[in-house]
This record gives sequence, structure tokens and C-alpha cells, in this order.
Amino acid sequence: MRLDELVRELGLKVCAAEGKLGREVRGGYVGDLLSDVMANSREGDLWVTRQVHQNIVAVASLKELAGIVLIQGSGPAPDTAAKAESEGIPILVTDLPAFEIVGRIYQLIHP
Amino acid sequence: MGEALNFEKSFEVEGGSFQNAGNVSGQIKGILKDLGVSTDIVRRVAIICYESEINIVSYAKRGTITLSVTDEAVKIESKDEGPGIPDIELAMQEGYSTASAAVREMGFGAGMGLANMKKYSDHLIITSELGVGTCVKMMVMNFQKMLHPDLPPFTL
Repeated sequence: MRLDELVRELGLKVCAAEGKLGREVRGGYVGDLLSDVMANSREGDLWVTRQVHQNIVAVASLKELAGIVLIQGSGPAPDTAAKAESEGIPILVTDLPAFEIVGRIYQLIHP
Repeated sequence: MGEALNFEKSFEVEGGSFQNAGNVSGQIKGILKDLGVSTDIVRRVAIICYESEINIVSYAKRGTITLSVTDEAVKIESKDEGPGIPDIELAMQEGYSTASAAVREMGFGAGMGLANMKKYSDHLIITSELGVGTCVKMMVMNFQKMLHPDLPPFTL
């Protein structure tokens, strides 16, 4: 499923790299420990996290993730959004907690 | 067959500079892709390189990461000017960390760094001197090339 379809279906707020929403989402990963995400996420995953600082962009970029979903309405820090924009990593925000948004994303990409 | 591959480059990493953490790993990943290194090896080197970079940023005053690429292997050497590690065996255990609360709050310092560096490299040698610094040498082997020497480098 394409990222822009997920954004529309789930009403996600796009905070960075709106031009990169044509990417295919191949799966997902959930985590707030950056080493865990670095080691275990896969290319094309959508990453759900509560971390909002700019190091999430480096991890997403190195792992070629499809994008980052921030939970509980927490927007990215200003330098995070700027870095994500320049590196072309979409940052999306949901008001839902992680458990609920992950369930919905899973249903959409594994119908 | 082309000429034997022999590439080396060093990168400086500034301690405490979380805003730049990952930049060196990104550059190294780009170089490996340009050299035509296989995806699996690039993926593993990116992980060990990122963890090396985060360790320098989290614990040391400064450090140097050196990338060497030959047909047989990719080597990463991470050398820092830092506090050193008193008990290397303990530090290698997954879950053990001496990171500050501030570093943990950012999602680092979970005691996975050195464990990941060991897991995703084929060889790892770590030496450390208290009050001087730590040096971690890692190697990711290109076994396909070693098994089939006539193949061009990194084509599998």
C-alpha cells in the first residue's frame, strides 16, 4: 500500500516530506530504542515511535524506511522536521496511541 | 575482472554532537553503494557503523571512523578519545550500559550497541585503555568472493 493511501485512510497529519508520499509501505516496525530499530527494521517499513528528536531521521534514512509515524499527537521537534524535509523522510502524526494506530496500519496493509 | 578493490577513508566524529549523529554512517553507506558492494553487506555495515558513531557521540570527546574496502571484506575501525571501558566482557553483554539518563531518554544507551556491532560483523576486536580511549575493529567478510574468486567483486 502506498503511504499517501495510509495518510488518507488514517487521517495522519503530514509534517515533513509531503512530496515523498508515493512510497510503497512494505511492513512496519514499532520502537523507541534506536538501536533496536536500527538492527531490526527493514527497508520500506513504516516506523511508529514516540521519539521526536532529529536522530530518528538518521535511522529512517540509513534503513531506507518508508516514513515515521509519531503518536499521541506529538509533533516532531523543529530541527527534526527540517532534517526530515531535507533527507526526504516523511513524518506523519496521529492523535492515537501506538497500540491503536499499529492495529489500524496492520489491517490496512494486510487486509 | 577489473582491478582489485582497495579503498580507505577516515571520518571524524565529534563527541556529544547528537545533531550530526548518523552523518558519517550515511556517507559510508553511500560510498559502499557507489563501490557496488552487495545490499546485505551494506545493510550490516550501516548498522555497525551507526552504533560506532553513537558510541563516540555518547561517551567520547571525539573519535575517528575508518572505512576500508577490499574484494574480500569491509572493515570499520572506530577509535575514540574517551573514558575507556573498565570491563569489556561486561560491556559486551546485551542490556548493560553506563549511558546517562539524558542519553537513554533519547532512545540510546539500551546496552544494544556493542552487542549489535558483534552480531552484524564477522570479526570484532575491542581494545580499551582507561582514561585514553577505546578502539573497535570490525570486519564484514565478502564470503561469496572468497568462495568464488573468479567472480567480480561484490556482484552477488
